[in-house]
Amino acid sequence: MHILVLLKMVPDVVEDLEIAAGGKGLDMDYVRMIPNESDDHALEQALLLKERHGAKVTVLAADAPEVDDALFTAAAKGADRVIKLVGMDGGSTRETARYFSQVIADGHGIVPVDLILTGVQAIDDLDGLIAPLVADELRLPFLGIITGVSVDASGGTARAVKEFPAGVRGEFQMNLPAVLGIQAAEKPPRYIPVAKVRAAMKSVKIECVDVPTLAGGDWPVVNVVEMKRNQPAGHAQMLEGAPEKVSEKLCEILAGSGLF
Amino acid sequence: MSTCSVTLETLAQAPEGREILTCLQCGVCAGTCPYGDVMEYPPRRMIAMMRAGMLDKVFASDSLLSCVACYACMAKCPRGIRLTEILLPLMKEQALAHLAELPGELQRALQNTLRYGNPMGEPSRKRAAWVKTAPVPIRIFAEDRRPADVLWFVECYTSFYPRGQDNSRATARLFHRLGIDFAILGNEEKCAGECGRLTWEPGLFETLMDYNMAVFQKYQFNRLVTSCPHAHNAFKNRYPLLGFNWALEHVTPFLAKHLDRLKPQLTRKLPYTVTYHDSCCLGRQNEFYEAPRQLLGAIPGVKSIEMVHNRVNALCCGGGGGGMWLDTYFKAKGYQRLSERRVQEAIDTGADVLAVSCPYEVSRFEDALKVLGYDKRMIVRDVTELLAEAMEE
Repeated sequence: MHILVLLKMVPDVVEDLEIAAGGKGLDMDYVRMIPNESDDHALEQALLLKERHGAKVTVLAADAPEVDDALFTAAAKGADRVIKLVGMDGGSTRETARYFSQVIADGHGIVPVDLILTGVQAIDDLDGLIAPLVADELRLPFLGIITGVSVDASGGTARAVKEFPAGVRGEFQMNLPAVLGIQAAEKPPRYIPVAKVRAAMKSVKIECVDVPTLAGGDWPVVNVVEMKRNQPAGHAQMLEGAPEKVSEKLCEILAGSGLF
Repeated sequence: MSTCSVTLETLAQAPEGREILTCLQCGVCAGTCPYGDVMEYPPRRMIAMMRAGMLDKVFASDSLLSCVACYACMAKCPRGIRLTEILLPLMKEQALAHLAELPGELQRALQNTLRYGNPMGEPSRKRAAWVKTAPVPIRIFAEDRRPADVLWFVECYTSFYPRGQDNSRATARLFHRLGIDFAILGNEEKCAGECGRLTWEPGLFETLMDYNMAVFQKYQFNRLVTSCPHAHNAFKNRYPLLGFNWALEHVTPFLAKHLDRLKPQLTRKLPYTVTYHDSCCLGRQNEFYEAPRQLLGAIPGVKSIEMVHNRVNALCCGGGGGGMWLDTYFKAKGYQRLSERRVQEAIDTGADVLAVSCPYEVSRFEDALKVLGYDKRMIVRDVTELLAEAMEE
């Protein structure tokens, strides 16, 4: 079995984000990038399947700052092959999905592939379009918001678990190859000692593939009008002092609010 | 063979390994280990398993998760075997590779330390944000590159944790009053990584060591003074392998050396009965037992009282060796948290202040006081906070 994981780097929101001059995007000189969390879960799910079935795992990542670290980490965790798609200059989710699809279709030793796993969502793809767009481009079945995957002994079909609201859990079966949008792996992404990542940096080669020329450039475009920070609309009122005074003040506020 | 190049495979051929093989199997290490009673393989049994070539069984257990790197086994060993410095870090490194799953809190702390330079996962660009709240000017080297006598290595909890920042503000005030020529690294600073080495992760430690050494080379200073005993430990024992050769002090003994000039400044009487907790890294590992007590003794009005276990016998707060990020794990296993054990002993003295010299301990002991319902009877203060409080504005 061959499993392909699609990896995207996204802005790290632990660090401050700055809006670029012009107000239409983030200041990318200031942003630090981190692997998309649900893509990390997709990798973990692939590695769990590899441990169960002896699969080969390939990771294909879109070029971005710090992506090499992410690919070496993936290799140290157990990915067999790591590929970087170079020459991308930002681009929309649709473009990213088409680049991924075309690189897969163009060969590069990626196909045949049985399962394509990627994160169900990213902070710069809240609509979760990468996985379904890749499936559409490659004419493969797609299922999203997956929290568990198993493959039958022949490797011809997969079963995927999807959780619905109100505690309902659905199990789906599909023929392979297929594309799955992973919400969470069956276990949290594993820890890999830094020493192993440092060793991978010395022994693993990241293969670079140039961004392909996309056939037919006319597709609907959505333009950014403006990006800006949310402005606080209000704030909490902190009551301080002796408990008697605080409770008196609280009663005044509740009474004044018309709740009683 | 230096300790840096020793691995578990080569240990038996190294002097350190031959030293371990002289173990008498007396069991003092297991008896003094604060979690020796709950470990499947306490230190004595680990050595026995090593001799028998059965370490895989140790790695498959969770015994090493309970090692809080308190140096108690090492301090009490009649053979002087350096368990905490040599054997336990090597075994933890192997255990990390064998554990099916690392406890989530510890995993996040290690990942955060690698990415953000601090275990809490706070933004690295806000490491120096506390400086704006300091009562005195603080020079950041990147903004003013003039040489300084002292590079003050503030460290993580004292940069980000609100109660740790109280320690930093107090230290800044004391340095200023003493006329110390100092600067800090600000946002360029990253965790020294001592707990990286003692907490399973030599690769993380080496990454942090490489980074911090490169930053040190950018500036001119005569000595490094740090607020964190764990960082002090790393700079003293590991960084010299990469060429660290500056004079080194922890803030508490550094201030004790300036006691003659500091004492006249301590004019405000503090009506406290104080019991001092010896940090494992500062005490057992580096034998700084008297400096904090001299400083407390110089504060007018302070009455000092000792806990039953003090100096070399002090009980660990439970924060070392990764314990800082294993409280939930210990609680789930039904272990008594060591900070609670220590706080009970502090309460038994009748003191109203528990004084400390390690930034880990403020949060650990304040939490333990709340858990045990003693937070109205006792407060926790770093020695620097008490000194600053005793100085008139």
